[in-house]
Amino acid sequence: MTDDTLLSIRDYNIVYETERPVHAVRDVNLKLQRGEILGLAGESGCGKTTLAYGINRLLRPPAVIRTGSAILHDKGGYDIDINALKVKELREYRWDKVSMVFQGAMNALNPVISIEKQLGDIFSTHRPQMSKADRREESAGLLDLIGVGRDRLRSFPHELSGGMRQRVMIAMALALKPQLMIMDEPTTALDVLVQRDILQEISELRSQFGFSVIFITHDLPLLLEISDRIAVMLQGEIVELGTAERIFRRPDHVYTERLLQSFPSLTGERGGFIRSGNDETRTKDEAIV
Amino acid sequence: MRYIARKLGFYAVALWGALTVNFLLPRMLPGNPVDILVAKLSARGPVTDELRDSLELLLGGAPDQGILEQYWVYLVGIFTGNLGISITYYPVPVVEIIGQALPWTLVMIGIGTLLAFIVGVALGMLAGWKRGSWLDNLVPVTTMFQAVPYFWLALVLLYILSVGLGAFPVSGGYNYNVAQPGFTWDFVGTAIYHGTLPALTIVISSFGGWLLGMRNMMVSTLSEDYIVTAEAKGLRPMRIMTAYAARNAVLPSVAGFAISLGFVVSGSIVTEQVFSYPGIGSTLLQAVNNSDYALMQGLFLVITLAVLGANLIVDLLYGVIDPRTRANG
Amino acid sequence: MAHESSRTVDDAETASGDAAATVPTSGRTEKEIIFSDLEVPATASTNMALRKNSASPLTATFAAVRTNPPKKAPRWRSVLPPMTPKLATGLILIAAIVLFGVLGPVFLGNPRSIRDIGRTPPGGEFLLGTTQTGQDVLAQLAHATQGSLLIGLVVGVLALILSMIFGVIGSYVGGWLDESFSLFTNIMLVIPGLPLVIVISSYVEDKTIWVLAVVLAITSWAASARVLRSVTLSLRSRDYVAAARVSGEKSWRIIVVEILPNLIPVLASQFVLAIIAAILAEAGLSYLGLGASGTFTWGTMLFQAQNGFALTLGTWWWFVPPGILIAVLGGALSLVNFAIDEVVNPKLRTTTLRKDKKRLKKRLHTTTEGGVPV
Repeated sequence: MTDDTLLSIRDYNIVYETERPVHAVRDVNLKLQRGEILGLAGESGCGKTTLAYGINRLLRPPAVIRTGSAILHDKGGYDIDINALKVKELREYRWDKVSMVFQGAMNALNPVISIEKQLGDIFSTHRPQMSKADRREESAGLLDLIGVGRDRLRSFPHELSGGMRQRVMIAMALALKPQLMIMDEPTTALDVLVQRDILQEISELRSQFGFSVIFITHDLPLLLEISDRIAVMLQGEIVELGTAERIFRRPDHVYTERLLQSFPSLTGERGGFIRSGNDETRTKDEAIV
Repeated sequence: MRYIARKLGFYAVALWGALTVNFLLPRMLPGNPVDILVAKLSARGPVTDELRDSLELLLGGAPDQGILEQYWVYLVGIFTGNLGISITYYPVPVVEIIGQALPWTLVMIGIGTLLAFIVGVALGMLAGWKRGSWLDNLVPVTTMFQAVPYFWLALVLLYILSVGLGAFPVSGGYNYNVAQPGFTWDFVGTAIYHGTLPALTIVISSFGGWLLGMRNMMVSTLSEDYIVTAEAKGLRPMRIMTAYAARNAVLPSVAGFAISLGFVVSGSIVTEQVFSYPGIGSTLLQAVNNSDYALMQGLFLVITLAVLGANLIVDLLYGVIDPRTRANG
Repeated sequence: MAHESSRTVDDAETASGDAAATVPTSGRTEKEIIFSDLEVPATASTNMALRKNSASPLTATFAAVRTNPPKKAPRWRSVLPPMTPKLATGLILIAAIVLFGVLGPVFLGNPRSIRDIGRTPPGGEFLLGTTQTGQDVLAQLAHATQGSLLIGLVVGVLALILSMIFGVIGSYVGGWLDESFSLFTNIMLVIPGLPLVIVISSYVEDKTIWVLAVVLAITSWAASARVLRSVTLSLRSRDYVAAARVSGEKSWRIIVVEILPNLIPVLASQFVLAIIAAILAEAGLSYLGLGASGTFTWGTMLFQAQNGFALTLGTWWWFVPPGILIAVLGGALSLVNFAIDEVVNPKLRTTTLRKDKKRLKKRLHTTTEGGVPV
């Protein structure tokens, strides 16, 4: 493919090997461009998080990658076959190449150690040559960058608001300047204003650092705003993939259409809620609140 | 700060409760301990009125004093370090006897308990981390040790290791022929030699509880989101196990340490008796058998104080290792 | 680091090699697939699925594997712990000891009758040998078993009642009553029990087994009261209890009808623990010579053995059996408690998880990746 491809996923299948095996991700093929924000939409349980975890090899039994490959085309000019990484290589790959921002930052941060230590152990693991002072300076810089402020370095997670915790999570994800950031429902638990700020922040950081983003959410209108392209997942399959513009104007799949209808539209032109079907005047914000 | 203040407040109330129980027990229960004591003492010589007064002060029964007045005099006596006079070692003050017995118990039980906690928590961490491993499968076996009474285990160990093999001394806290109490190497050596088996008994019979608790907490902690974060960050397993999983999983064990201390002390009293160890436990037994009420009351007070003090230390430590307690007060 | 060695690295080629044959992709209805797609287990270990009370078939499958409830079981069956080997072992051991304690004293002779064959080793006429004064150890053991079981049961019941009063009622009523009950409980918890029992019992002139039981109960209820309090507090805030309150049900009725049934597993577990604690405490007390007068328990046997120089004379058959019985009964009760715990807290179940893992390994030759073992 072209030089611009960062991640190629081919014939990807993930199965939960339980008494009755559950096929969570089936035959996914996907190419992610460098610097692109790809939205991954679908209702809960459609396999989008499972797919994201697969890319970082974070699946735990009984979930197993049955077939397929995921290749990361590093900017250094070599390819990384993610499924073939040995334990030590896998550790080095994680966060350095692909970082993650998790759903519900509430529990994603360790409650009993300080923000400084949680940022610091990324550096001490991946950049062992850094001195203690360097680590602290780097961490402080990240908190400044993300708008939390370096004076929060000594804080513990419970001393921060939900929005701040999510920003700290993003600061952590930025720490090693990864080429791909996977964001799993990063704004779901936040109120609308904070959500908006954080989305804006992500867009700016993306243009500043040039990383790609896989943005996972069930909120399709939100994706329309932030993404370059959108993939719609249904029952483990990607049923539709296209630019945000195209998905919004001309959805191919009937499921995408239904997803679009189930949210009030941004402009008010399209027909309101699928259930009531008649309240066309509502704006997005009203509906979310 | 509020957390510390609240804890200090609680222990002040608990201390007052213990003092009051100590005051009320001899007065509420049937029989007149003072009469029993005076009868005992008069066998050895004349009982002065002053002595009778001091006994009544301690144990009640003085006809011309109201109960509140007695209570007040009792509290004043305690805070000025006056716990009365022992009958068994007449006329040595109770405080002095306790002062001799306390270091033995504090050191031996202290080391035994701490060791049991450390060993149990460390093994529990490993068992929970590698669920289904051979260590994990041994967990039910080690908890069986808990069902074994401390003192019976002590008896068996004593029978096998001391009586049978002669590897350890049969009784006592040190060898009179080697050294006299004092800070000399000879004395410390013989004291360690005598204290090993009692301490070992405590370790063997109580580490299983810590192990099980830690193992179960470890298992539930491992399913927390921050463990996945740590994994995604590419941290080394050792770091995830210690700084992320165990650091969180150990909190309930530390909180539980305070509570279980009372049980450990109870078990140790009996264990001391098995080894004729010259500590608080055997002294308490001696006091009970000689109806030495003053000594008994004093010992109960000191034991309670020690447990309360240890609890307070653990609670303060908990405040340090769990940052959340500092914020919520 | 050590656990890394046992980890087999995910081998993508093997997985893709035999995958096509085993993946059942077709033949399922659409509805089934929608429902069985679960996102949660991926984010955490498999037992997360158990914790979630979702109605998804995946959880249901796990539940079915683990608790194997009969298809149309009556509702109360769900409270009973599943019959695992652990539970069965525990129950059998308990039954054997209870049987020995009930029937033994009937068939074995008088434990006090003295013979001139002191310290006979086990075997022959006296299965467990004789004491220093020629008493039959087996007969003593039977009577002691009866005494200890009786004490354990009585103290267990009394302590349970006390802990319910201070744990359940206080936390249900709330307000100052809860505050003061809770404070009282916490104070009782930090005051060391056995020294208190020793002091109390030294003031009581003639101790019957009943007096002793009351004293032991008074000093041992606090820990369960605290557990019961926290469980009741969480039950109290459930919706159906709130609903009952709003509809004007009387407090005692809500406690009996809505709260107690949900407390049963916890109560059972606390009862079992109380019995163990009581038997151990009584044994310790009696061993010190402070037990009830005129009764036989495992503790008094050990006391007599100690005074009869069993240790130094090597009369091991005198002091070993009572201790073993205490340990076995305590162990058996803990096994039962494990089973009850697994009803209260399904996360702790390990047996079938291990089976799942084995099956997985056989099929795929792969395990998890990354640092955290499951």
